[in-house]
Amino acid sequence: MKKALSFILALSMVVSLTACGNAATSDSAAEGTEAAATTEAADGTTFKIGGIGPVTGGAAVYGLAVKNGAQIAIDEINAAGGVNGAQLEFNFQDDEHDAEKSVNAYNTLKDWNMQMLMGTVTSTPCIAVAQESNNDQIFQLTPSGSSVPCVQYDNAFRICFSDPNQGLKSAQYIGENGLASKVAVIYDSSDVYSSGIYEKFVEESKNQNIEVVAAEAFTADSKTDFTVQLQKAKDAGAELVFLPIYYSEAALILAQANTMGFAPQFFGCDGLDGILTVENFDTKLAENVMLLTPFAADATDDLTKKFVETYKSKFNETPNQFAADAYDAIYTIKAALEEAKATPDMNAQDLCEVLKTAMTTITIDGLTGEGMSWTADGEVNKAPKAVKIVNGVYTAM
Amino acid sequence: MSFISYLINGISLGSIYALIALGYTMVYGIAKMLNFAHGDIIMIGGFTLFVVMNTLGLPPLVAVLIAIAICTALGVIIEKVAYKPLRQASPLAVLITAIGVSYLLQNVALLIFGANTKLFTSVVTVPAISLAEGQINISGETTVTIIASIIIMIGLMLFIKKSKAGQAMLAVSEDKGAAELMGINVNATITLTFAIGSALAAIAGALLCSAYPTLTPYTGAMPGIKAFVAAVFGGIGSIPGAFIGGILLGIIENLSKAYISSQMADAIVFAVLIVVLLVKPTGILGKKINEKV
Repeated sequence: MKKALSFILALSMVVSLTACGNAATSDSAAEGTEAAATTEAADGTTFKIGGIGPVTGGAAVYGLAVKNGAQIAIDEINAAGGVNGAQLEFNFQDDEHDAEKSVNAYNTLKDWNMQMLMGTVTSTPCIAVAQESNNDQIFQLTPSGSSVPCVQYDNAFRICFSDPNQGLKSAQYIGENGLASKVAVIYDSSDVYSSGIYEKFVEESKNQNIEVVAAEAFTADSKTDFTVQLQKAKDAGAELVFLPIYYSEAALILAQANTMGFAPQFFGCDGLDGILTVENFDTKLAENVMLLTPFAADATDDLTKKFVETYKSKFNETPNQFAADAYDAIYTIKAALEEAKATPDMNAQDLCEVLKTAMTTITIDGLTGEGMSWTADGEVNKAPKAVKIVNGVYTAM
Repeated sequence: MSFISYLINGISLGSIYALIALGYTMVYGIAKMLNFAHGDIIMIGGFTLFVVMNTLGLPPLVAVLIAIAICTALGVIIEKVAYKPLRQASPLAVLITAIGVSYLLQNVALLIFGANTKLFTSVVTVPAISLAEGQINISGETTVTIIASIIIMIGLMLFIKKSKAGQAMLAVSEDKGAAELMGINVNATITLTFAIGSALAAIAGALLCSAYPTLTPYTGAMPGIKAFVAAVFGGIGSIPGAFIGGILLGIIENLSKAYISSQMADAIVFAVLIVVLLVKPTGILGKKINEKV
């Protein structure tokens, strides 16, 4: 009996150890120094834009992309004469994808007299920093914080779609383009990103005359065998399988569907972005997979071509979606500043006030969407871009 | 027709659990310790195969042999370094060490291979069987896994019953002290147990990664725990029990996913486990050994 008890204890320990990896440290964020808001204006000749994101640690790939993408936009704008006659200054601080460090980075930037914030890159730190920036009334625009509470305050906006919005846009895209009328969904019920998209997708599918014939879940604990989910989708006659999940599981699903001889249209969100880079992945399996990603580096429009070229020559790699989000974020700030006729001698609070209004009136054609506009609650309106994988590369549709 | 498909897929998943559970139950039955690092030795086996096949370009059979050799060596080293010094310590201390070894292996793999998912090329070349005009597909991996686990189960039972080393293992599992008095080298016997257990892990790794072809440093963790459950289900320490437990677990998991709820499948599996253990605390084939006073 004792032994049995110790097995169970050990088992629960293993489970809890694996579970605590993602615990957020957002409580500690509130402890950030409550330094009096800097009322004195900056030196008044340049606009000071702060940036925060992980440039070291596990999420460094995202932070570096944002930093680089933003820098390209800043350099371009400055070379073309700046905004309202003033140059832009950009200061990017590392947060290692940690909420507490992110608030520290925010305070460092405040000491530098930051007038507006382009960040943060990842959702958990972004929620913590949004709390601070709302207290101080500093304008915040996150390029890539997709979790809902990132923009819960009226001073915060975002460039990317929120998680539920991806579900909404996916359903609309499938409905409007008549891709399928019978759809199966396979999602990860243990992940907020995936279940957030799924719930909104099901809700919207009713409006789009899409019948969700099978909604099958899996969890982080059982993500190797998808044959049952696929079999149910197949038996239900699904023409399209919607995969609001990350690419590692999607790669398995594609392989298992192939073994089963089940070949529906597969459709995913930005979590599928990266599937072609999985080592040793047979790209034939992903042939004809569609995904909703705001940015495809091999798109042929002039803006994308120019951005990709500059990025490659400067940083020696192909830009990803995050770099494009950041590039758009800087141009959005520029447009909002111009719309508000802001001058660099305004303090951060006054700027925040005018930018909040300006954000809801501007429209921008960017890398990640055409005709982007914003609502007062911080969410972006833009047409979703879908790509299809043809011959192993993303092809715009 | 789809019921048969679900059943076959369940057996396929179950035979993987069974294969892993055989390694668990064998080490438990003889060394009386739970080797929680078993799942991670499977992962190391998977990575060895991946490197040998993709980087060195050797044929699958050679790769499997190399993986068996490396896993066996690794198992023996782990036993010597981490478990042997604790032979007289409480079972809980050994258990915690095993969990520590498990994390060590995962993190070493993370350092060497990174967190990115790798796609595994199947080592199985047996063609898929198609029945009922293509409505039922049995993949080559399923066939090979089922056959392999049956062969290994019978092989292990014969080895323990018929060979001298196997008899020594049985003696050690009954009573270490008495076995030593009878002239059995207890340490060597336990080392041999780990060597065989780890070799089984390499084979399980090859088949696990062939059937579910993604490879990350955490590949072995969850199947390892599920297989442990299967071993307990079948009666831990019992070799045919591990096989039956594994197959049953796979079938229950897949049928509850199919007919009840894909979200509730794990909850149902564990609920069944609780019921079985309440009715028969030693598992399906477990024997009650009366402690002599």
